[in-house]
Amino acid sequence: MSIGVVDIGIGNIGSLRGALESQGWDLQLVTTGDDLKEIGHLLLPGVGAFGAAMKRLNSAGLIEPIRAYAASGRPLLGICLGMQLLAGRGVEGGETEGLGLILGSVLPLEGRTSRRLPHVGWNEMNRRRDHPLLDGIKAGVDFYFVHSYSFEPEDVNDILATTDYGIEYTSVVGRNNIIGVQFHPEKSQRNGLRLLDNFCLWDGTC
Amino acid sequence: MLKRRIIPIELLNRGRLIKTVKFSAPRDVGSPVKSSKVYSDQDADELVLLNIDRDNRCPKPLVAEVARISRECFVPLTVGGGITRVRDAADLFAAGADKVLINTAAYTNPCLITKITEIYGQQAVVVGIDTQKQGGEYVLYSDCGRRRESASLAEHVVAMVAARAGEIMIQSIDHDGTMQGYDLELLSMVSSMTLIPVIAAGGAGDFADLRAAFDVGIDAAACGSLFNFGDNNPLRAKAFLKNYDIPLKRI
Repeated sequence: MSIGVVDIGIGNIGSLRGALESQGWDLQLVTTGDDLKEIGHLLLPGVGAFGAAMKRLNSAGLIEPIRAYAASGRPLLGICLGMQLLAGRGVEGGETEGLGLILGSVLPLEGRTSRRLPHVGWNEMNRRRDHPLLDGIKAGVDFYFVHSYSFEPEDVNDILATTDYGIEYTSVVGRNNIIGVQFHPEKSQRNGLRLLDNFCLWDGTC
Repeated sequence: MLKRRIIPIELLNRGRLIKTVKFSAPRDVGSPVKSSKVYSDQDADELVLLNIDRDNRCPKPLVAEVARISRECFVPLTVGGGITRVRDAADLFAAGADKVLINTAAYTNPCLITKITEIYGQQAVVVGIDTQKQGGEYVLYSDCGRRRESASLAEHVVAMVAARAGEIMIQSIDHDGTMQGYDLELLSMVSSMTLIPVIAAGGAGDFADLRAAFDVGIDAAACGSLFNFGDNNPLRAKAFLKNYDIPLKRI
């Protein structure tokens, strides 16, 4: 079983590949549903707008296969926009249905915080409970954020960590084998690399 | 809480990094990949890489350089210089850029910014604004400082926010390379004109200059000369700034 990275042709897969490969992980790009058959760990990266990304996932015929992959219990990690795509719905670029793997909505930070937006730079994630993904990562370290929306889950138990930016918004979600991080672990130096390692070693249970 | 950022600027000209003074008198300062790696190891928070080759404004050489750099350093990368089409931005993102910087095209075609952000998100575009103080007014220049623009600073900032730019990098041409400090009046002004993050550029000569910029409310301090000449590096800058309670990245 391999490590797969979804590639829908928008955004920067190169850095994620580079980060994983520098840690010794071999990976496969996933561009069609069939590619998922041999995948044991799936990463859904994302840079971009919610509506545009869901459109691409749809054109690539990846929506149902990703849902089926998630239902199989194999680990799935959404990064940045990828975390947001796990939601039921997003409003950026018009209201769009997401993958619906964790119930909740992706909402603009604008109107919820008075701070400068987009939220760009290094900030902490305040964890609510432990999780294999966060093993070995000290409290209070910073990760790199660059976004204007956040995914707020309906079930508060799905909130693994929050981040303070005028409000405490959800920065890590997790439900069973599915997990999402709002920050970019591939850009967050040693703690991000540790998180990626943890994910690639995770069996999907917690 | 969100930390302040220290961002080394790398100016690229035909495959080499250079440094200027008031946008002229270029000096060679090394290899882009080596330099980026060093900055990354020295705790830089992001990197800005700009193609300032005045004779060749095509972004293609930049794409190749970005691919090389992002294979070896995993620090957030903002890239600019000659971007005029969505395709240029797409190629740069695919090569490893996290954000693109647009300066000249922002005056002639602000829709470009909107189109890029529709696909890549608002945070994907940084607008670079270069300005020179003339007769008490801030005059804007595009095209590597060669073309004088008629828009006022305030008008342009408003237009850029309306076009959905994610951040503004405001650079003083007068202070560039002089190492005499940032133009704090300029930083204050731009900071108060908008609610998007503002990056200061042009003039940082010592660590106290970084502190002064953060004290007027800037979110990120970009530096060229400060780190190119002498023993200064982001690690040392942060050690200094820690004495003044400036919140900085902790890893």
